[in-house]
Amino acid sequence: MIRLTGVSKGFGGTSVLTGLDLEVPTGTTLAVIGRSGTGKSVLLKCVARLLYADAGFVMVGGEDVGQADPRALRRIRSRMGYVFQFAALFDSMTIGENVEAPLRREGVPPTEARRRAEAVLERVGLGGSADSLPAELSGGMRKRAGIARAVVAEPDYLLYDEPTTGLDPVTTAVIDELMVGLKRDLGATGIVVTHDIRSALRVADSVALLHEGRLHTEGTPQEIRDSTDPLVRAFVEGKSELWPEHSGPGR
Amino acid sequence: MLAWIGRQATSLVALVGRAAQFIWSILAAIGDVRTWVPLTAVQVRRVGVDSIPVAVFIALFTGIVLALQSSYTFTGIVPLYFVGVLVGKSIMLELGPVLTGLVLAGRVGANIAAEIGTMRVTEQIDALEMMAWNPVSYLVVPRVAAGILAFPIIVALALVAGIGAGWLTSISLLDLSTQEFVRGLRMFYEPFDLSYPLIKAASFGAIVAAVGALHGYHTRGGAAGVGRAATRAVVMSCMLILVFDALWAVILL
Ligand SMILES: Nc1ncnc2c1ncn2[C@@H]1O[C@H](COP(=O)(O)OP(=O)(O)OP(=O)(O)O)[C@@H](O)[C@H]1O
Ligand SMILES: [Mg+2]
Repeated sequence: MIRLTGVSKGFGGTSVLTGLDLEVPTGTTLAVIGRSGTGKSVLLKCVARLLYADAGFVMVGGEDVGQADPRALRRIRSRMGYVFQFAALFDSMTIGENVEAPLRREGVPPTEARRRAEAVLERVGLGGSADSLPAELSGGMRKRAGIARAVVAEPDYLLYDEPTTGLDPVTTAVIDELMVGLKRDLGATGIVVTHDIRSALRVADSVALLHEGRLHTEGTPQEIRDSTDPLVRAFVEGKSELWPEHSGPGR
Repeated sequence: MLAWIGRQATSLVALVGRAAQFIWSILAAIGDVRTWVPLTAVQVRRVGVDSIPVAVFIALFTGIVLALQSSYTFTGIVPLYFVGVLVGKSIMLELGPVLTGLVLAGRVGANIAAEIGTMRVTEQIDALEMMAWNPVSYLVVPRVAAGILAFPIIVALALVAGIGAGWLTSISLLDLSTQEFVRGLRMFYEPFDLSYPLIKAASFGAIVAAVGALHGYHTRGGAAGVGRAATRAVVMSCMLILVFDALWAVILL
């Protein structure tokens, strides 16, 4: 289970998250939607303690992430997979080495690491690219390689930052299936930050709309589809005229 | 004006705090021998071998100019073999290590800051942390170790090149024989003259690599931020090199 209680985070005077409460039960996936700049990436980073929350608690699997000492933090992170918004591949390594990296760190023998990395790359449609360098791939391919690297060690917690942004609809469906499959096969608990409302409704057990640093609405995909809340409607239908005025990002 | 001074003072205090924390994290990461030792060899090659040509180039011209200028100064008053004294002493004690250090601050320091800074802004450092890899032992310690190992080697080569160039200049352009030049070279020579520049070089190597890594590590704001980090790293390591140069002179001489 991942639980956030009253999490706040700001940067030099401007607050981004202001007392956010969220709960993701074990084995379920929460989709987080919200306008660009509302702090979705910041939220994920607080969960992994890549950013340190100014206030509030972040609990992952019963452990307080904020209180964890370096060893406990390593242990928590080794059970997490993180898909970075811009892939964040190590550009001095090949795609294959990137995907093997989490396995090598855990002491998986090189041949087995290679085999598992290749299997995952195959699954995200990058079967032939293991020997390419990140700079040689397209944005969407890098994104998928980043997903492969995050899931290869079969983590218990998966944090996806816009996994399908910039992908074509077919590849998006493949990635959606991968996310659903990981949840089903591993019982992984996941948070998916996305702008793709269709993808969100497809993969998530629950959808949360973030607005002005707080949780605005949360509901099952069905509830979100049927919601009459103007903000939710604006999102689902993609219509700016439904969005309340003067409530753009970061206000 | 007062506000400006205040801002500068606060940012200086913040920088000192960051630096202290950074040095602490480097010291803490030294125990992680299995991670950084294998990576150090690669860095020594990159820092060291690639920097030799430019360091030797500078030393050659320094040697030539020193020989010519000292003979110009000494003519008629001091015996000409003092050219050997001056070339030897100034290259070994000061110009060899300091000029090499300053040039490498530009070359190596900027490179380290830009490389680590790019990894910071593209979240590669966050990715390392997510894999429970300590970015300091993975990125910083190998570079600092390489600086400490490679700078003395480069400086040693620069000393040879500088004194060699001074000697060649003396016998070809000045009225000086090899014997006289060597006599001058040995006149006030002490064994410490050789370890002193190498100690300085090792400290400059640590400064250049650590300052580059510090600015890279704390880079913010995309490509412009990386550029800023590189510039600041060069300026700050040049200043620290000169400060430490004076400090070593006070402590060791
Ligand atoms: N390291 C940082 N330092 C300063 N400000 C930051 C930092 N990271 C994020 N911010 C600020 O926090 C706010 C939220 O950023 P965040 O990246 O979380 O947005 P987002 O919801 O992920 O947007 P997008 O959908 O465009 O990715 C932005 O205003 C951003 O400027
Ligand atoms: Mg984001």
